[in-house]
Amino acid sequence: MKAVITVTGKDAVGIIAAVSNECAAQSANIIDITQTVLSDYFVMIMLVNIDELVISFSEFVDKLDALGKTKNLDIHTMHEDIFNTMHKI
Amino acid sequence: MLNTSDILETINMISQENLDVRTITMGISLFDCVSEDENRLCDKIYDKITKKAEKLVPVGEEIEKRYGIPIVNKRVSVTPISLVGGNISPEGYIKVAKAMQRAANTLGINFIGGFSALVQKGMTESAKRLISVIPEALTETDIVCSSVNVASTKAGINMDAIALMGNTIKRAAYLTRDKDSIACAKLVVFANVPDDNPFMAGAFHGIGEDETAINVGVSGPGVVASAIKRAGDCSLSELADLIKKTAFKITRVGQLVAMEASKMLDVPFGIIDLSLAPTPAIGDSVAHILEEMGLETCGAHGTTACLAMLNDAVKKGGVMASSRVGGLSGAFIPVSEDQGMIHAVECGSLTLEKLEAMTAVCSVGLDMIAVPGDTPEAVICGIIADEISIGVANTKTTAVRIIPAYGKAVGDKIDFGGLLGYAPIMDLNMRSPAKFISRGGHIPAPIHSLKN
Repeated sequence: MKAVITVTGKDAVGIIAAVSNECAAQSANIIDITQTVLSDYFVMIMLVNIDELVISFSEFVDKLDALGKTKNLDIHTMHEDIFNTMHKI
Repeated sequence: MLNTSDILETINMISQENLDVRTITMGISLFDCVSEDENRLCDKIYDKITKKAEKLVPVGEEIEKRYGIPIVNKRVSVTPISLVGGNISPEGYIKVAKAMQRAANTLGINFIGGFSALVQKGMTESAKRLISVIPEALTETDIVCSSVNVASTKAGINMDAIALMGNTIKRAAYLTRDKDSIACAKLVVFANVPDDNPFMAGAFHGIGEDETAINVGVSGPGVVASAIKRAGDCSLSELADLIKKTAFKITRVGQLVAMEASKMLDVPFGIIDLSLAPTPAIGDSVAHILEEMGLETCGAHGTTACLAMLNDAVKKGGVMASSRVGGLSGAFIPVSEDQGMIHAVECGSLTLEKLEAMTAVCSVGLDMIAVPGDTPEAVICGIIADEISIGVANTKTTAVRIIPAYGKAVGDKIDFGGLLGYAPIMDLNMRSPAKFISRGGHIPAPIHSLKN
């Protein structure tokens, strides 16, 4: 199973590091990253494998959400099925 | 690989445009709870609801987390109580309503529907007893919802039942006079009521349904309004296409949530209700979609045409996105629950007559309409009869949820808070249909009901 993590907010040093660290700590394997900065605005989309998570997916969502709050970023962690269902026939 | 713009589109729909799943409603059959003893009946109903729906709220919350989509309401609908009440007394029916409320409180759901009767052709003794205590039952409970089906295209219109409902609504308004007559907001009068509607206040678990079923109502007026806004100056054909595509995406989310809930709860999937259900929140209004389509204000001439197109496009887009569609399916136009509708009434653009015309092409009917407290019973019956006739003649569901707010007059407001919202008191044509209503009897089924 895969999840999509989207991170948006004002650009700063160490955003990717912080999110990747949290993924590593919970055994979420990063499969793909796409990232861009549009006029100081940071946008990153990360695809992670969540089969080996050491905590439940709900807890993982909460942890990243909390991380987002401390760093003033908007982090959404969602199961990939919602995107597949919505955008693929 | 997923496309970046698709991912951002989904996230924008949820975080900026109020996309949500409006309700997961679990239908539960109560036929096996029938008992001669009313206390035993109440116990069995409480036990069955709390056992079957035990995990409904936690599962709903888990799905919310997994997909990052809010599921606003978790609800339960049950077999129409008049069908399982048997020979219990009117007081017994009030006890059943209280048992339903207790069960709902235990589960942590926000509404339970099914304090209902089906009287389109005639009225059984148990239906009569249930209807006789609807005002008391809705006064002594908070989250129990009631509905009465008074007509169908097959059976015609039961005018005796409509006369009874006029009286019931007035009594309900009086009994909850200190709370803006809120009991009326939990009571719907239907024609052609669907058996699998997940939306309150009209939800119940019909007689041809599974033992239990998961029915999901999707929403998303804000998403449709934003899509139309972004499209700019395009033709109506292009707009219809755009609405279809948007409705498809919204409905796919509902389908995903429904399948997941069905699997996790081990309850069969019932239906997806393809509805645009507004809330009083800013940016979650069906009226604003109509205005975005090109009307100065909802209620202007052209409103019915816009709504007809919207309703049709939503269904066309939604039906391909779901394996099973049912319920009400279409655009809702409740007054108090829609910021744009409230504004249209307040500025004098939207009248009751225009609303009635709109209901001929939308999915429900005159919904959450506040009228003066001194509206005579016969006028309320006349409003119901008109609305119900639209449903019967057009082979569609129509309904009336009207609040003759006790002690209030035109210019006043009622405010229920939360999802039920607030509404200005609407002006009415008070000329009397009393003689017509007092004739009683049955309006025969229309000729086109004879299809066999």
